[in-house]
This record gives sequence, C-alpha cells and structure tokens, in this order.
Amino acid sequence: MAQFNLPANSVVKPGKTYPAATGSGQTKKVVVYRYDPDSEENPRTDTYEIDLDTCGPMVLDALIKIKNEIDSTLTFRRSCREGICGSCSMNINGSNTLACIKAIEEIKGDIKVYPLPHMQVVKDLVVDLSRFYEQYASVKPWIKTEAPPPSGRERLQSKDDRERLEGLEECILCACCSTSCPSYWWNSDRYLGPAVLLQAYRWIADSRDEATAERLEELKDAFKLYRCHTIMNCTNTCPKGLNPAKAIAEIKKLTAVAGG
Amino acid sequence: MMSLRTLLSVLPGVGREAVVHWWMQRLTAAFLVPLVVWLAFSLAMLGSASYEAVVSWLKAPSVTSFLAIFIALTFYHTKLGMQVIIEDYVGGWLKTASMILLNVTCILSAVAGILALLKITL
Repeated sequence: MAQFNLPANSVVKPGKTYPAATGSGQTKKVVVYRYDPDSEENPRTDTYEIDLDTCGPMVLDALIKIKNEIDSTLTFRRSCREGICGSCSMNINGSNTLACIKAIEEIKGDIKVYPLPHMQVVKDLVVDLSRFYEQYASVKPWIKTEAPPPSGRERLQSKDDRERLEGLEECILCACCSTSCPSYWWNSDRYLGPAVLLQAYRWIADSRDEATAERLEELKDAFKLYRCHTIMNCTNTCPKGLNPAKAIAEIKKLTAVAGG
Repeated sequence: MMSLRTLLSVLPGVGREAVVHWWMQRLTAAFLVPLVVWLAFSLAMLGSASYEAVVSWLKAPSVTSFLAIFIALTFYHTKLGMQVIIEDYVGGWLKTASMILLNVTCILSAVAGILALLKITL
C-alpha cells in the first residue's frame, strides 16, 4: 500500500562542500546524495567541485575522480564503465540512467546524483536490489523445454525467430526502468515491474522455449502484471533504449487472447 | 521469513479475474465512445427544448435502450477504473471497506438511473 508520510530520517539535509583546488581549469559542481546507515544522521547532499580538465567525459568518471582524489568514503557500484554490466545505475539530474554512459557535457548546471528512487539505500548510491533479483528469479529466466534437442545438436532458430528477441535480450537488468515506475514504487511487493516483465516476455517470445502457456498462466495476476498502467516512465528512462512498456503490452495481449 | 520468491508463487491465483477485468475495461470503453458522442450530440440538438419534447424524445424505444445501456456501462466502467485506483493506493481493512462502498455505490446508482429512466418512459 502506498505510504504518503515519510520517515523522519528521509529528510535530506545540505552537507559539506569541497571547493576545487586552486589553479583548476574549467570546474563543475557535483551534488551527491550521501547516507551512512551506521551513523544515525539524516542523509545529506555533499557538493564536490571538480576540475573538468583532468576528468573523464562521463558522470562515472567524475564519481571515480571524487572517490580517488577528494573523498574516499563515497560509495557506489561500478564495473564495466561501458554500459553493459548495469552496476552504476543511479538517478542523475532527475532521470535514472547509467553513470558510465551519461556524458557530463549533456548536463546543464550542477550534476545532481541520487540513488535509484524508492529503494532501500544500503549506503550513499548503493541500493538494495535483493527483491528485484528474487522477482527476476520468479519468472524462471531460462529456457524450459519438453522435447530433447535434435540428436545432439543445439536448438536452431530461424532468422525471423531470432529477430523477435531483438530489443529484449539486450536488457542488462540495471533496474533503471523498474525504479522509475510509480506502480513499482507503490506495489513492488507484488508487482513484478518493467524489467522483470520484459525478461519474462523475452522467454515467452523465444521460439525454442516450450513453456509459454505455463509462463502466461503464472503472470495472469492483477498485481504481478496488471499493475502496469502504461505510464511509460520505463521506456523513457531505459539507458539501453529498450521498450519494456511494449513487452508488457505484448504479454497483456497474449493473456487476453488466451482467455481467462 | 518466507522469501518473496516463495511468497509470489504461493499467492492465491486470481488470474481469470484479472484478465476479465482487463477485457471488460476495454470493451466498456469501446462501447462508451459512440454512446457518449451520441448523447452529447442529442443533448446539444435538444438545446432549450420543452419538458414535453424531452420526454417524448426519451420515450422513443431506441433512445430508452441506448440510455439504459449507457447508464449501466458507465457505472460498470467507473467501478472497474476506481477498483484499480483502490488496489494501487489502499491496503488492509480500508481496501475491503472501499471496495464494498464502491460496489454498492455503483450498483445503486446504476439501478436508480435505469429505474428513473423507466419511470419517465413507461
């Protein structure tokens, strides 16, 4: 159920400011959400002024620069730095995206970095994704077959069948879409959310999978699937340019045609 | 504590109901579009017609039937839409109470509307 009043420690207060070193060239302010559950303090936003002349082009480069040179306590996830691992998903200037593929140049004014919205914060920009992963596991994201593979060979697909997985298999599970969805904010305990539903559809659409009926049956639920109200935040925010809302609509169409 | 994965898989299946709800919301919407256009157009045509003229318009069998269908569909569609909002934002006993109130209000309103229509036209 939606909760409208906020807990006391959710009020974010202004924190410390770290001015740029003297002699810096072109500078930019990076305002970062900070929260340490071990201290009993409220979250705060620290402001770091960084020298763009000695910083890489992406927001992730700025965060790494801050951690290396200014404040080593800043905590965030990152790995591949090229938009394929999905670790550095965060909210940058109001939109969920991957810090590693968001160019500093695109941002007018200060860079404001927050954790993914409406998630439990573990520390600073790191959120707890365990429920998200459990939901992912609940759609059984692997091939399910009855028939054995043709005499020791792999299961082949036609080019057209493979084409149907385009826009689905590229999802990197960064959770940008699910955490941008108001329906997921209010009902994430029962609604699977766009990322997981896109993954569910990825297996429904796979010509080699033989459990389509079972998968649809599992999804036929007022909460798991039908909490999607076509708000489209998911599609707007996806850093990989995918369209989870369309995948969800396809599932709804299939369940509607398959009848009650 | 039961993990969410287990919880999701053991939740009572309300599948059929969810699919019927989705279908009905779209079907009622599709039927209401022409009905609303027809009603708006007819009321505009009636303009400042006299009481007797409006009653005689209502008494045409096609008008009576269309209006009765319009009233029934409107309140059914309202019920379906409001149900989604309640499910989104309300939980616990308040949800049960809201759903009862919603159903009673919609049924009574539809019955009252159709009875009033019949009383005028029959």
